[in-house]
Amino acid sequence: MENKLTNEGVAAQIQSQFGAAVVSVDMPYDMLTMEIAADRMHDVIEWIRLDAELQIGFLTLLGGVHYPNDKGREFAMVYHLHSWTNNFRIRLKAFLPAENPSIATLTDLYDGANWMERETYDFFGIQFDGHPNLVRILNEDSMDYFPMRKEYHLEDATREDKDDRYFGR
Amino acid sequence: MSTFKEDSAYDMPHIGLSNETIDGDIATLNLGPTHPATHGIFQNILQVDGEKILSSEQTVGYIHRAFEKLAERRPYNQITPITDRLNYCSSPINNIGWHMTVEKLIGAEVPKRVDYMRVIVMELARIADHLICNSVIGVDTGALTGFTYLFQEREKIYELYEEICGARLTTNVGRIGGFERDFSPEFHRKLEDFFRTFPKVFNEFDSLLSRNRIFMDRTRGAGPITVERALNYGFVGPNLRAAGLDYDVRVMNPYSSYEDFDFSIPVGVAGDTYDRFMVRQEEIRQSLKIIEQAWKNLPEGSYKADIPEFYLPPKEEVYNNMEALIYHFKIVMGETPIPAGEVYHSVEGGNGELGYYLISDGGRSPYRLQFRRPCFIYYQAYPEMIIGQTISDAVLTLSSMNVIAGELDA
Repeated sequence: MENKLTNEGVAAQIQSQFGAAVVSVDMPYDMLTMEIAADRMHDVIEWIRLDAELQIGFLTLLGGVHYPNDKGREFAMVYHLHSWTNNFRIRLKAFLPAENPSIATLTDLYDGANWMERETYDFFGIQFDGHPNLVRILNEDSMDYFPMRKEYHLEDATREDKDDRYFGR
Repeated sequence: MSTFKEDSAYDMPHIGLSNETIDGDIATLNLGPTHPATHGIFQNILQVDGEKILSSEQTVGYIHRAFEKLAERRPYNQITPITDRLNYCSSPINNIGWHMTVEKLIGAEVPKRVDYMRVIVMELARIADHLICNSVIGVDTGALTGFTYLFQEREKIYELYEEICGARLTTNVGRIGGFERDFSPEFHRKLEDFFRTFPKVFNEFDSLLSRNRIFMDRTRGAGPITVERALNYGFVGPNLRAAGLDYDVRVMNPYSSYEDFDFSIPVGVAGDTYDRFMVRQEEIRQSLKIIEQAWKNLPEGSYKADIPEFYLPPKEEVYNNMEALIYHFKIVMGETPIPAGEVYHSVEGGNGELGYYLISDGGRSPYRLQFRRPCFIYYQAYPEMIIGQTISDAVLTLSSMNVIAGELDA
């Protein structure tokens, strides 16, 4: 399938539309990756979906990443979107502070975002403003921590029988 | 009588049942978590008025195994067994999709022969996956014969897996960079045997159900979804194609040399159980066509890429050759340097776009690995699809969506 859109072209279009909301543009492994200010993320995703030329209207994946050492930008929300008419993929990122990791929900645009956002809340504790039912989904309701955060180690940290230093961990 | 609101048994935050009734005479029914008709561990709390479903509340997560957390502590080659356990009806596709993700990250080129071998294995897996789904639709409509009959053929696919990698269900097939060994003569013999018997058996199965009056009456109109709603819910794969949109990763973003093969993408119209069944039936035929082409034109060359830092050397070299011993040690201990970067790679799994979003910080394990699990995303649409339908249609809808608990719950 032909691909009419170029990474540079789409980046320029979004930049001219949203200006300062675009924090940075990168193309790792040939995939357009843009950092967007968290408060404008919803608008950008809505705009690229409705724009007659871009038509980036399929939400492939959304999820969180935890960077505990990055002050003020501890959480990243990563959105993968795909335009099937143009066969163009884009990755949008927004960074959120640890004190108040919250971002606007996409459930008003994509029903599929519902569970993906619940899963992200469940594992990272990121809040989605306006989500109709933001409760845990895969973990138990009574769980009181967010297990995918980096401070929760996979194995019991008090174990002494295994010394990971020898294995480069 | 509708007393469930006061019932403390339902005092769970994720379950909120409505108080609306048609005539005040509704019942609450637990479909699942363990129920013979759900084919997996899913709970659906249905509110029913007689046979008619008024609302449904889903609970998922019963077999959550924290794959994404586990992956953050494992070296790359040890993550393959995790992917086995996503959609365990088509493990080889998951394995190979993961291998290709890592190859993309490290920039490895694999020989053409590996591509074709992978296509053969992945299409066999797709056939096995669709055989299970479609024969189970038969079971849920009361036709057990097709199921028991087809499973003889599925067994042959499993024997083919066994010939390639020694395992049957959780295959852990291949390596980063190719396969651990070439297809054996026995594999070719068994594949030939499969091609001789399978089409006949499959056509028989097809003639039992596809135009069967009872089956059609049962499945047409059961659990329909429009293409707009399906898109909004993030449907992919056979379920989306049954609703009428021909999105297929193999065609849209060809990987593993899929562009070399001639095949078509079947689409349905109504998005109901019958169309989902028919789309899978045709996909099985198309997969056979792809396997035939790949098998006939299997290129000469190596069954593995030339990436000694990532591909385990043969054991006899490990014992006699210093470089091989070093590579062996580094791979086993997870000391191979991995470039930092982030990639998204997707393959057409049994249920549609199966994606891997991988962030590497250069460490021995991924910094973050997220799976795009098609089941998890499209299963949200289930209540919408069954409201207004009967309980028996709900069971059919569930099996025809091919919701696999392993993939759903990660």
